Amino acid sequence: MMRTLLSILLLLITLSAFAKEAAPLAQDPALEARLMRLSKELRCLVCQNETLADSQADLANDLRNEVREKMRQGMSDAEIKHYLTQRYGDFVLYRPPVKSITWLLWFGPFVLLLSAAASLVFFLKHRRRTLDETPLSAAEAARIQSLLNQESDRA
Amino acid sequence: MKARFLVPFGIFVALVVFFAIGLNHDPREIPSPLIDKPAPALSLPQLPETSAAFAPESMRGKVWLLNVWATWCIACREEHPVLVELAQSGQVPIVGLNYKEVRGDTSLNPEQLSPAQELTLGRDRIRAWFSQHGNPYTFTALDLDGRVGIDYGVYGVPESYVIDKQGVIRLKHIGPLTPQVLQTKILPLVRELSK
Repeated sequence: MMRTLLSILLLLITLSAFAKEAAPLAQDPALEARLMRLSKELRCLVCQNETLADSQADLANDLRNEVREKMRQGMSDAEIKHYLTQRYGDFVLYRPPVKSITWLLWFGPFVLLLSAAASLVFFLKHRRRTLDETPLSAAEAARIQSLLNQESDRA
Repeated sequence: MKARFLVPFGIFVALVVFFAIGLNHDPREIPSPLIDKPAPALSLPQLPETSAAFAPESMRGKVWLLNVWATWCIACREEHPVLVELAQSGQVPIVGLNYKEVRGDTSLNPEQLSPAQELTLGRDRIRAWFSQHGNPYTFTALDLDGRVGIDYGVYGVPESYVIDKQGVIRLKHIGPLTPQVLQTKILPLVRELSK
């Protein structure tokens, strides 16, 4: 028992000796945080469902370096986004801008929801109109009354 | 009563149409915002080796094809014979924009190279490639760090641009050029622009 524990302990010590120290992220943590924040809003063009912040693709790395450099030059986030959309189009933005060609994208779901609600209302109204409400005949009314009386007698 | 069956059928047909359009769309083909815009300026070392840098202005007055490629790019290999044949036919001059020749090759350790060494290595690799497979390019500009690639909105090699006499980008093709793409897309446009 003691021997196994000792060997595990020894193994752990050697493992930690092999572990490489993490390289410092950057000289400027504030800038790096800003880069992360901005690149979460940007799409990687190679692996299209990843953000620029998450992607390991070569181009994503290059683009992050480019954005980092632009930030050092004092460009604002909006200016950097503009710089990227000039080259890669609105596709790089995870939040596409509202303009005439994206109206369908932005407002389409609401239009669908509204038309679904409208057709539901229409359908329900229509149904009420088509369901003919025939009043009970005297015989039926009497039968119901007797059934109800039976119920109350039992209770 | 008929509408009861026609409405779901209509919705079904609409869905089929949407799927047919959506599934035939290649999501990898991102429309370029550079179409009908002047080709971004660039100044890069070139092949054939001269001390002068390659600039697109030197192609003013010609309709030309800018082909982004690299020797490590597999799809470019597939495309290369098509380009060689196109160059031989003399229908349109092709300029190669070699994209990250050294840094893009993951089998190399480019961090250890100086910029001058990187350029020499890049040129050597390209020359070796040309002597083996033929050179379709009037010029080859070396974009070693991929900066020019970013200016052109390159996100994968190969990509090709048709640039008109005024230096305006008229078409971007993503992926390898095939004889079919040339015949249906590229060459008709080149002919029209050359008029």
